[in-house]
Amino acid sequence: MPDEATAAQRSADKHDQQPGKLAAKDHRAEAAPTPEAMASVNEWVGFAPGRWQSTVDVRDFIQRNVTPYDGDEAFLAGPSERTKAVWAKLQPYFQEEIRKGVLDVDARTPSSMTAHKPGYIDRDNEIIVGLQTDAPFRRAIMPYGGLRMVEAGLKAAGFEADPIVHEAFTKYRKTHNDGVFDAYTPEIMACRRSHIITGLPDSYGRGRIIGDYRRVALYGTDKLLATKRGERALLDAKWPTDDVIREREELAEQMRALADLATMAEGYGCDITRPAADAREAVQWTYFGYLGAIKEANGAAMSIGRISSFLDIYIERDLKSGALDEASAQELIDQLVQKLRIVRFLRTPDYDALFSGDPYWATECVGGMDLNGRPLVTRTSFRTLHTLTNLGPAPEPNITVLWSRQLPDGFKRYCIKVSAETSSIQYENDDLMRPYWGDDYGIACCVSAMRIGNQMQFFGARVNLAKCLLYAINGGRDEVSGEQIGPAASPVSGDVLDYDDVMAKFDTMMEWLARTYVHAMNCIHYMHDKYYYERLEMALHDQQILRTMAFGIAGLSVVADSLSAIKHTKVRPIRRDDGLIVDYEIEGIYPQYGNNDDRVDTIAADLVSTFMKKIRKHPTYRNATHTQSVLTITSNVVYGKHTGNTPDGRKVGEPFAPGANPMHGRDSHGWLASCLSVAKLPYADAQDGISYTVSVSPSLNRLDQGEKIKQAVKVLDTYCGQGGFHMNLNVLNRDTLLDAMEHPDKYPQLTIRVSGYAVNFVRLTREQQMDVISRTFHGE
Amino acid sequence: MADEPWAHSRYDLQQARSPDAPETATFNDPRGDFGWIHSYETGSTLDGPGIRVVVFMSGCLLRCLYCHNPDTWHLKDGTLVPFERARTALAAYAAPLRAMDGGLTISGGEPLVQMHFTKRLFTAAKEMGLHTALDTSGFLGACADDEYMRQVDLVLLDIKSWDPETYRRAVGQDIKPTIQFAERLATLGKPVWVRFVLVPGLTDDPANVEGIARFVAPMKNVEWVEVLPFHQMGAFKWKAMGLNYELSNTPSPSPDLVARVIGQFREAGCRVR
Repeated sequence: MPDEATAAQRSADKHDQQPGKLAAKDHRAEAAPTPEAMASVNEWVGFAPGRWQSTVDVRDFIQRNVTPYDGDEAFLAGPSERTKAVWAKLQPYFQEEIRKGVLDVDARTPSSMTAHKPGYIDRDNEIIVGLQTDAPFRRAIMPYGGLRMVEAGLKAAGFEADPIVHEAFTKYRKTHNDGVFDAYTPEIMACRRSHIITGLPDSYGRGRIIGDYRRVALYGTDKLLATKRGERALLDAKWPTDDVIREREELAEQMRALADLATMAEGYGCDITRPAADAREAVQWTYFGYLGAIKEANGAAMSIGRISSFLDIYIERDLKSGALDEASAQELIDQLVQKLRIVRFLRTPDYDALFSGDPYWATECVGGMDLNGRPLVTRTSFRTLHTLTNLGPAPEPNITVLWSRQLPDGFKRYCIKVSAETSSIQYENDDLMRPYWGDDYGIACCVSAMRIGNQMQFFGARVNLAKCLLYAINGGRDEVSGEQIGPAASPVSGDVLDYDDVMAKFDTMMEWLARTYVHAMNCIHYMHDKYYYERLEMALHDQQILRTMAFGIAGLSVVADSLSAIKHTKVRPIRRDDGLIVDYEIEGIYPQYGNNDDRVDTIAADLVSTFMKKIRKHPTYRNATHTQSVLTITSNVVYGKHTGNTPDGRKVGEPFAPGANPMHGRDSHGWLASCLSVAKLPYADAQDGISYTVSVSPSLNRLDQGEKIKQAVKVLDTYCGQGGFHMNLNVLNRDTLLDAMEHPDKYPQLTIRVSGYAVNFVRLTREQQMDVISRTFHGE
Repeated sequence: MADEPWAHSRYDLQQARSPDAPETATFNDPRGDFGWIHSYETGSTLDGPGIRVVVFMSGCLLRCLYCHNPDTWHLKDGTLVPFERARTALAAYAAPLRAMDGGLTISGGEPLVQMHFTKRLFTAAKEMGLHTALDTSGFLGACADDEYMRQVDLVLLDIKSWDPETYRRAVGQDIKPTIQFAERLATLGKPVWVRFVLVPGLTDDPANVEGIARFVAPMKNVEWVEVLPFHQMGAFKWKAMGLNYELSNTPSPSPDLVARVIGQFREAGCRVR
């Protein structure tokens, strides 16, 4: 039961809406807790002491308490009866959703942590509780990002917009979306309209922020509030520049968010003002942290971070004391994952076309090594993977294995086995990321690494680099509309494209694009901070954080191949009557990206570095560090749709390859060649990640299962050793996919990995299903 | 030449890429400075231990009814590639192949048609620290001298039948050179994986299988006998090339038939899969 005094205090905090007053009172009332006081916390008995007790430092807690596990999966348990009961209750929703799409929306209540009453699936059998609204699959509205997005989402789902909400967010309350468009320039609008810069989070939540949800379990909200008060005191001492005032306001918001989180949990009968006392509470408290975040932010990606090995410490303690057995340990993880599988946001058809299959990227990282060379693999890393067996395959949570060559063999083999059975996990190179991000980073969305609790990013979608090349060729005119979008320049002349000439023009055009792109991003994130600040997620961060601004490029393989064609063969432009170049004739064969051929692979690698350099020239909002990704998610289809014929022979409308993948069917010498080409892209200039998706067909094979797994482990070790960053691994038959298109009912859980995340295949649009099927399948 | 693409896919059906190439049967190049290569493929897990790069040479003297690479029969089916170019391309894979305990497999076509070129490529692979495998019918085995064989770590030896008549019917040539080559490999103690393509109605006669089984069972150098069930995946090439494909109605062997044949090999004392 919640402690009366704390609840009263919290209530006082909540009603005190004046930041200045709040801060003044806090100074008098509370000093930061002394180390001695923190060490005597009951909930921490049995844990090895350390710095984590006096300072918010989850990494230190993990370092001192984690029990690495180097065995195999033999210890794992199946789903409990309670887990099965909850799962059975959810099945009709899943099935109806495939047929109907959005099942229900609460159109009248702008979401917040405390906006909805507690909701349950099956009260008797849920040991982990908490829903986004008061009922499962009932989506919430989040108009602070943008009202148009909400209303378009409602309309598409067949629901009426609420007039009061409409009035409130048109008459009285400005949204992020409104703010951004106040600051945009005509040039940015033109770029947006012509699809050279797309997917910008200017009308929806930017996401890509990972609250350190573990802090709720380890410290409870009271201690976190105390820490925030300490941070505030430091800020109060500073002269109020714009930055300082903004940070003070943000801290006030963060503190209110922590109080609201406690109120939300109280509704479920949990007192999270104190630390979690056992494994169940640790899972529950951590989930509450995440739940609070997804009630308030409709981010494109809402990762949960890296919680498995943290939770393992609590589970180990309870296993040792006999309070828990393996079946109940698995039950905790299974039920947490059930919750993560039913997160839903209200989104628009436009959004779905970009990011298909209703993803929310509740990315959870397992594995990885620590800085002392010790694996961070625990039994709970296995338990998390095992949910894919206990509950069947699923796209969410987006389970990401941080792969290191030093990981214990038993774990590596288990990962591959689960991949082969479910196609539901992705691999990212821990050996490559650890030097950049340490050993307590998580993955936001698909491939974006960030130190948990002291780093966030300003998400920036991506620019269409292929279109930029076409603009260079056409002197800044759009090859589809003919409109002048880029700066007017002379288009290429002559009958054959000249490599040096095209490169010079392309360089200038990239320069313009990079500048316009950074400009747009600064506007977006200024307004996002102002109108749609992620107060809870940021409350679960340190006050001093590293901000990155994550830029992205799409169409890398199209551009690399186009430039290779121009360099190595004769490419003749075909002009319309008005001089606009709309097509190309290629004479001869040119080296294509994806075949481990340096003549074109270097072009691709140079493009990544070149564009990064141009991006870095322009100052960012809040001095964020520029990063870049080569990632498309499923937007490669939409990009292709809006891009004319390209000099590589790709026809107008044809999809791009996803992420950093070679173009479909052009990586014609097997997966090894394809992998090695991708591995050449420089991570140093793409620190927001390089996405690569591989589909392998399980063929009749003379090798036994054990040998196949051993080989696959070696393949991943080698790919990572060669500098490969990411592998999104599918083990699938093309025939299965074709059958699933015809008979979706037979495959409700068929999960496939697309650029950086996984989706239910049957929930993709038909266009995207075709795209997946047309992708290169490699024999085993 | 060196800058021209030669890296064709195994599945390309571009016939007569080198129309001026000599006839396969009378070809002899003592230096191996150039070779006609049909294609290459990376990442195979079937053609030798570990992960392999497989180079498909063009030119073959056999005409197997079930051939799934009929587009490699003639030298002119390949692209003329300077040896250095092939060596450089292979070198780009050397480190990962070593890391994956794999290496180079030369297949075809028949690698021994272009004996000097393939010998040089094997030698280069050995210098890179790679495992080497020769995928051959053994028909030209006598041409490969002991020096050649020193560059080869493993022979994937297709013994297509035992009964001489069946052999001739299946491949259009005499079985004797293959038998002699197998015996020589046994004498040399060279590791061999014997491969047998199981074609219903053509090679599945129990006596035919028994003959191979008894022949290879005593050979200590034979590490594996691999039974390859016939499939129709090469049929489209025959059709596309306008060739008469006699096996268009032949089914893949049933699981029972595969089990029977594997059983026969095992019974005879072979390590079979």
